[in-house]
Amino acid sequence: MATAIEVEDVSKRFRVYREKPTSLKQRLLSGRTRAEDFWALTDVSFEVPQGGTLALIGPNGSGKSTMLKVIAGILRPTKGLIRERGRIAGLLELGAGFHPELTGRENVYLNSSFLGLSRNETDGVYDDIVQFAELEDFMDTAVKFYSSGMLVRLGFACAVHVDPEIVLIDEVLAVGDEAFQARCLDKVRSFQREGRSIVIVSHALDVVRQLCDRAVMLDHGRVHAIGSPDDVVREMRLTILHHDLEFAREEGSKEVEIVHVELLRDEAPLQGPVRSGETLTVQIDLRAAERVVDPVVSFALHDATNSYVFGDDTARLGLDLGTVEGQRRIRFGLGPIPVTGGKYWITLGVHSRDNARVYHVQDERYSFEVQQAEGRRDQLSIPVTVRMEDL
Amino acid sequence: MTGVTERTSEPPRLRVRLRARELYGYREILWNLVRKELKVKYTASVLGAVWSLLNPLVFLAVFSFVSAMLGGAVEDYPVFLLAGLLGWNLYSVSVSQGAQSVIANANLVKKVYFPREILPLATVGVSLIDFVLQSLVLFLFVVVTYGFAIDRIWLYPFAFVALLLFTTAMTMFISALNVRYRDVQHLIGLALLVWFWLTPIVYPAGTAYANIITYAHGPVLWKLYLLNPLAWIVFGFQGALYHSSDAAAKLAPYTTGQLAVALTIVSAIAAVAVYLAWRLYFSMSGDFAEEL
Repeated sequence: MATAIEVEDVSKRFRVYREKPTSLKQRLLSGRTRAEDFWALTDVSFEVPQGGTLALIGPNGSGKSTMLKVIAGILRPTKGLIRERGRIAGLLELGAGFHPELTGRENVYLNSSFLGLSRNETDGVYDDIVQFAELEDFMDTAVKFYSSGMLVRLGFACAVHVDPEIVLIDEVLAVGDEAFQARCLDKVRSFQREGRSIVIVSHALDVVRQLCDRAVMLDHGRVHAIGSPDDVVREMRLTILHHDLEFAREEGSKEVEIVHVELLRDEAPLQGPVRSGETLTVQIDLRAAERVVDPVVSFALHDATNSYVFGDDTARLGLDLGTVEGQRRIRFGLGPIPVTGGKYWITLGVHSRDNARVYHVQDERYSFEVQQAEGRRDQLSIPVTVRMEDL
Repeated sequence: MTGVTERTSEPPRLRVRLRARELYGYREILWNLVRKELKVKYTASVLGAVWSLLNPLVFLAVFSFVSAMLGGAVEDYPVFLLAGLLGWNLYSVSVSQGAQSVIANANLVKKVYFPREILPLATVGVSLIDFVLQSLVLFLFVVVTYGFAIDRIWLYPFAFVALLLFTTAMTMFISALNVRYRDVQHLIGLALLVWFWLTPIVYPAGTAYANIITYAHGPVLWKLYLLNPLAWIVFGFQGALYHSSDAAAKLAPYTTGQLAVALTIVSAIAAVAVYLAWRLYFSMSGDFAEEL
């Protein structure tokens, strides 16, 4: 199949000035400017087949947005070559080019022209845009009077009514409430059905796995992993944790070893998603080959975007393990689970009380899913009581 | 119909026809930006576009007063002054706004791809619309003053084409330069002030010639004076529109035919300047997103 985008050995250098001299006098006076080179991208190569959906993922500052801008033509590569077949529309920022003084209607036409639509084409989709944004009554109001939610809706409505062969999406999916995000995803899927080629930059790793057929992970401007989204996302999780906690996915001196872990619900192995409010038990079997004094067992939860959610350890919980030799079983009872909707990853560790010695750490090896309460969009489940009193 | 686009490290060579076709494909953005600028300029103002007419009229009042005080009144001064002034305004507003055009649209440049030439072109477009509105008023003056006995009007398009080409070239040039050297925006204000008085807009070219030629090296000084392309453009506008009985003494000492030839040459030079400025702009514009 033909390729829509070929990226060949692309590197991008930024010159970083300590204090950027932007006037002639400053330039002359400072003589040689103290410019430092910063390579945002180094020898990046990948391809997007026609009709394919590729995710660009990576930690903050890994160069993924830069890569997208180079593909879009906003930045010029310092080395390498990019070949593109077809018209490109970049959704790098919703409502880029909106002007606060103009009305909603005028901004639709302005914004659509940046996305490559002619006036006639915009005429054709104008009603759809307004309907999609649910702003029928506000189109003749200057957008400076819009709420931020209205702006996002209008920006997105313009963005999804473009007609390019290649669509570039940067974090667009991360805005708005859940219902809005669901519509974004629907729209991306319909782009896919229409055979458009898509490049998505996203931090939402679950979305990447659902949506994309290929993923590239960048790290410090280099291609760190490339392949199926599942593999690359896993690699991404490991790498991020490596950055965050400064230890590898599994490491330690293994004087105390995590030999078996089980997630339990009502004393039975966990199957299917947890409902919010249920109790989850994390059961960890340890083995110490020799006597180890005063180890501490800890756990941490990360959500699908790899944000730290919650963690605790035996020391803080007031459980003294004493001297450990042979087998031990630790059971953390988590619950009632207060969160709703989403996947959570568990990191487990055994270390000395002062953290100086790491016996064994397993990064995000275990996971569980919490079911979204039907018909609700809550992030949290808070126990609520209600009553009525006679006065 | 899916064309292949290649992006490389080299600033691509400007191929005029190809790029012009690409620009044409993005013309919608140009119209929209011009419309936006006009709308924003006059939004929340009661008089709106009347302001753009008021500006030259106030100018006219001030300089009528000044020239009356100095005792060197020019016959039909409104026609004389506006003939040169409107063209000058198109030029000076385009260039000084053009210096800001890329910087003022930094959020667009950083977020959206489109041929960057559109930004200075939109600036010229906005001034052009003001120019057209103001010129309608000027033509009214001309017709009221002379009726339709304006036999040199055919010179007008020569001056107009030269003006538009020269303005476009300078606006692009200044616009690109100012992204890298912000001095340009300060410099241009001063330069335009000097330039304005070096151009025979307020005072008649005929009088200027008569004075300069009496100095030592008078003919050389006059030749230097003529190096200013805007002087020729203003000669042209005045020649086309100013028909007072005293015209021969006040206008530049050239025949209409000579002016037409000179303006053709100015246009040709300006066209080359457009090409050079475009090339510079084109090669620099690839880096705008990171220089802002």
